Parts: sequence; C-alpha cells; structure tokens
Amino acid sequence: MNSAFALSSTTFLYGLAMVCYVGAFAFKKKMPATAGFYVLVLGLVLNTAGIGLRWVESYQMGIGRAPFSNMYESLVFFSWTMAALYLYVEIKYKEQGFGVFVSPLIFLAIAYASFDPSMSAKINPLIPALKSNWLIAHVVTCFLGYAGFALAFGLSLTYYVKPGKPGQHSIFSRLPDGEVIDELTYQMVVFGFLFLTIGIITGAVWANSAWGKYWSWDPKETWSLITWFVYAIFLHLRLMRGWHGRNLALVSITGFIAVLFTYFGVNFLLSGLHSYG
Amino acid sequence: MKNKDGISRQIWVFFCSVKLTVYLLVLLAVTSIIGTVVLQNGSPQQYVNLYGEGGYNLIQVFDIDDMYHAWWFLLLLLLLCINITVCSVERLSLLWKTIFPDRVRFNVNRYLTSKSSQTVDSASSVKQLIEPCERWLARKAGPVTRQTDGRTTYLYAEKGRWTRLGVFVVHASVLLLLAGALIGAVFGFKANVRIDEGTQTGRVFESKTRQPMTLDFIIRCNEFEVSFYENGAPEEFRSNLTIIEDGKESLTTDIRVNHPLRYKGINIFQSSYGTASPDTVTMQIVDNQSGEEINRDIRIGETIELPDGAGQFTLQGFLPHFEFQNHDLGETFFGLVALAGKTGFQIGMPMQFPTFDKMRKGRFTFVVTDFEKRYYTGLQVTKDPGVWYVYAGFILMILGCWVTFFMSHQSFLLTLAPRNDGQTRVVLSGKSSRNSRSMTLKIKQMATRLENLLNKGESI
Repeated sequence: MNSAFALSSTTFLYGLAMVCYVGAFAFKKKMPATAGFYVLVLGLVLNTAGIGLRWVESYQMGIGRAPFSNMYESLVFFSWTMAALYLYVEIKYKEQGFGVFVSPLIFLAIAYASFDPSMSAKINPLIPALKSNWLIAHVVTCFLGYAGFALAFGLSLTYYVKPGKPGQHSIFSRLPDGEVIDELTYQMVVFGFLFLTIGIITGAVWANSAWGKYWSWDPKETWSLITWFVYAIFLHLRLMRGWHGRNLALVSITGFIAVLFTYFGVNFLLSGLHSYG
Repeated sequence: MKNKDGISRQIWVFFCSVKLTVYLLVLLAVTSIIGTVVLQNGSPQQYVNLYGEGGYNLIQVFDIDDMYHAWWFLLLLLLLCINITVCSVERLSLLWKTIFPDRVRFNVNRYLTSKSSQTVDSASSVKQLIEPCERWLARKAGPVTRQTDGRTTYLYAEKGRWTRLGVFVVHASVLLLLAGALIGAVFGFKANVRIDEGTQTGRVFESKTRQPMTLDFIIRCNEFEVSFYENGAPEEFRSNLTIIEDGKESLTTDIRVNHPLRYKGINIFQSSYGTASPDTVTMQIVDNQSGEEINRDIRIGETIELPDGAGQFTLQGFLPHFEFQNHDLGETFFGLVALAGKTGFQIGMPMQFPTFDKMRKGRFTFVVTDFEKRYYTGLQVTKDPGVWYVYAGFILMILGCWVTFFMSHQSFLLTLAPRNDGQTRVVLSGKSSRNSRSMTLKIKQMATRLENLLNKGESI
C-alpha cells in the first residue's frame, strides 16, 4: 500500500460515510447512521495511514519532511482533524444526528484535494522558510482549531434547517435538541478558539525567527485575527450577554465563513507571504 | 463636585460594558478587512493608478495606505484596552471576596435545590457514615468542612477556586502583548542592508523611511551561498558573517532562514540575495564600419577612447534586474556612449541577451562578455525589546484560556440525613462555576462510586 492508494480509499470511504449519514437523515433510520460511523472510523484509519505513509515516502525520496506543507496536504489533514473530532464528539455525547452536516465537510475537503486538477499531490522538498520545527506545531494546532469551528458550523446549521417543533414523523425529529446543539456548539467553539489561539501564537513565534517580526499584518495573519475576533465575540455574547440559539448560531456561521476565507480566500484572492497553504 | 463625580461615573459605566467590547471587536474585525484588500505602504503613484485621484485623497485622509497604524485603528485598540481594564477591575472587585474568602462558607439551600443531586441510601447510621464519607470527599475534592444542623450533617468540600482567575489572566495577557508591541514600536527598529561578499558595513537602512542608521558594531559578509533542489526551488540561503566590534572580530557564524543571529539585542536575519556589482568586466567592442574588434577589461566608472577618435565610452554601472518593456532582462550593465560632436546616450548590456546592443544598429556594438560574479546578501536587522513581553503574553493567554475553558471551581455537598426507618439518606450535590452539564455527569458518576463504597463495602 502507498499513500496515494490509502488517500483515494479514504476519499471513497468518507464519501460513503456521507451517503450513510444523509441516508439516515432522509429515511429517518438509525441503522445507516451507525453504518456511517463505522465507515468513518475505517476512513480515519486509512487517512491516518495515508498521512503516515506520505511522511515515510518523503524519507524514501531523500526529502524527509512532515506532510503539512502545501494545499493538498493541508486539505488531507483538515479532513483528518474534522473526522477525528467528529468521531470523538459522537462517542462522547452519543449524538449522531448532526453527522449529516459534518460528514459532507469531511468528504469535501479530501475530495477537493483529490479531484481538483490544479492541486499537486507531488512530494516536493521544503523551501527555506518552511524548514523549521514550528511547522508541525503550527499546522496541527491551526487545523485542530479549524476542525472545531467546522463542527460548530455543522451544529449551527441545524438551527436553520430544523423547524422549532418538528413533528414525530418529520425527518428533523432525529436531529439533536436545541439545548444539546447549543451546548455542543459552545464546546466546539471553545475547542477551536483555544487551538486557533495556539496556532496564531506558534505562527507568530515562527515568523519572528524566520522574518524577524512576530506580526506583520500579512493577509493570512490578519484574516486569522479577524476569525479570532469573531469567535471572541461569540464567547462574549454567550457567556456575558446570555445569547443562545439561532442568533448565536449566526455568529458561529459567520466565524466559519471567516475561517474559509482565511484558509482559501487569502491564497486565491490576496497575495502575501503565506502562499503554500 | 457632585456633578463631576457623575460624569466620571458615567465614563466608568460606559467602559464597564460588555456591549462595548462586542461593538469594538466587531469594528476591529470589519476594519481589519480593509488593509487586506487595499494595497498597504504603496507609493502615491500606485494608489493613483489603482484608485484614481479621488480614491487616493480618501486613502490619505484615513491613512488607509498604512491602516494598521492609522490613528483611528490605534484608537480602537486603545478603547479596547480601557474597556478590558475597566471591566476586569470592576468584576475582580466584585469577585474578590469569592476568590479569596477569609473563610470558606457555603449556603446549604443552594445545593439542596440543585437538579443534579443524587441520592444514595445506606443501612448505617449517620454517625457511622460521617467518617468514611468525609475521607471519600476529601480524596475527591479537598479539605472537608463539617456542619451539623440538628440531626442532619453536611459535609462540604471544593476545589479549583483559583480557576476563577483564569479569565483575568486571559485579559491581562491581551494588555501585556499590546504593551509589548508598543515597547517594540517605540524602542525598537527594523532595518535592511545589502552587503557584498567580502565587504563590511556598520550602516543599515530603516525599512520604511530608508534613513541610514549606525550600528554599534560592523557586519562583514565573508561568503554567501545559495543552493537549489533538482526542481529549481531554492533549498538553502546561507550567509557567513563576522561581527566586528571595537576593531576586533568578536564572532563569526552562519545564518540561514529560520536561523538568525542574535547579537547584543540585535537580530540579523537572512532575507534576500542577489548579484553584487563587480569592479571590473571584460568587454567586446565591435566597430561595424571597419569590422575591428576590441576585447579588453574595463573598470566600472572608467572611460575609454573609441577607435579612430570616434568618441568615448564610459561603463556606468550594474543592476541585478533590469526592467525593459515589462520584461526582466536580469543582470545588466549600463554604459554612456559619447560619439564625437554628438550628445551622449545611454545603452544597456544585459548578460542574458548578448545581441541586445546590436539591435540598436549603431556604429559600435558593445557587449559585456564576462565578469567576476559575486553575491550580495540581503539582511534584515531588527531590535525589539518588547518581544519578551509579547511572548509572556502568549504564554499567559494559552494558560489563561486553558484554565478558563477547561477548568472550573467545583464544590460538593454531602447531606447525611437519618430516615425514620433508622437508615441514612445521603444526598450528593455539586456546583460548578461553568459547564453545569458536565458537572451533572460528574455527580452521577460520583454517586455510583459512593453507592459502591457505602453499600458494597468497596474500597475507594
């Protein structure tokens, strides 16, 4: 097995898991969601193997670097963090209703990496700026943060899909209760906020050793700060102003749009120092 | 006097509001977008080209060409700092007695009404139960306070009271890192310098103003080296530098990207490189009338006579990149041709295009055939005495967030009440300063353990 095979299988499995979760939602059945859970677990195993093998292969090629340094690798890892966090939440809170919103995100990230022709899966050696011990810490923490926000986004969406009081036979009856969504959204935002904070800080410390400035208002930096502001607003509104439910969900959705812009928008629309992913 | 008090009170109340915090954060988030869309620190010409005269005027009025240092953006940050300070002082003074009590007190009623309470019945009497329950609770949560009210005994214990300080640590960390940034901006500098291989300098140029600054020491570039991967991407940039202080060589070291040199509070970073201007080049001058060919060495700045008294040629200088009709022609030499009786004109001689001057179709064709290649290293030289405050802020922020979000002040109350049948009813209740949901779960788990302990005689 090589990394390419492992990661294509992962893409297929994540797609299958998505079909299961969506099926469970559409047909109001528990069984497909349970199947989706196991498919997702298998996908995560292969995703882990794929990332690990890519690491090993880079050493075999004589390059030897962590697989976190371009758009392709970051998307594969983003899928990994989302899948891992989602599975953890499903096991811990025994809620599988919102898998229908999260599994498409997990699939989309890795599918984008696999199918977009402009995305290079080649293992290239690192340019001088990326040769640093901070690379792993920075990327891992940022994407754990993004994963927390992605799950919060999936949870927040349920507010806008689910009617106030779904009937017993409505397809929305299997979605978690408002109170549960609210609590889980908060937990995910807190998780994401902590890791985004660490991600920005590790990035700043790294920038200071590479370029001599811990903060230079580069578009990537600025947008990560904007994202941080939005989630800081979320936390203040919930903890200090007592916001809940749909209004707060809107803040979490706005936050995730900022995440997406930080991740993709900055690279495709703006120019800056952070052109590798 | 009373009126004045009223105004200062009003200002205090204004800054004491979380609503203000939210508005300030929204404003900061929205305005920060501008600087990522509008070009920053560009030249006036660039702005006029991009946005027109009117647009440029608007940009100048609001300092949008350097918006993260504009007065109104700094004002927003200042307001946020005041807001954070006032809110923290207000809340800390309210919570002070809670966080640092003279004596731990507890209000039984607030626990008994808790929905998450769990009940365990035991065949033993209250008296028999007090000691094992106390030991168990002490192990779970800390020192136990006992209180008896008639026949009912209350055992109280708590942990993590200090975690209520976490949120203040987070907010203090924001102030600390902004203070660090301010110290860096006032007492630090950021400068650039280019040093040719084999030369030295003690003068660097401030990044924004381009004003020269003199360092307390001299930097010599002994060697610069760039290596490439097979695919053409750069692998490593390396400069070998010697620091010379008071006429003595005090340090020689390599610097690479991500591996700067830190010397007496000054940081030296590898930031760019290029081809240095040589002293002497080899030229070929062809007289297209006679076919005569001259090959000779010529120094930069030297003027030579052309054959037959046709005029003079001066080799003026060198540019590592020459922009010609929107193309980068690369390393290019420039010369001044002054033919007898005519005004002089300038010519370019790009190394990559030896026939470039021939296309001019003049009497003479000038080509630089060879020169001794040397690199210059581009260094960034910075001083930032505020960086340690910023780093301290970073550490405090991470610790503070961890404490605030994942730890809490938890208190537990065990109520031991005798029942009419001689048995004892033990009620376990708990409170947490945040996340009551996980506290409910915890109480449930603890109640199961307690049940095992009391009724099945399991050891703790």
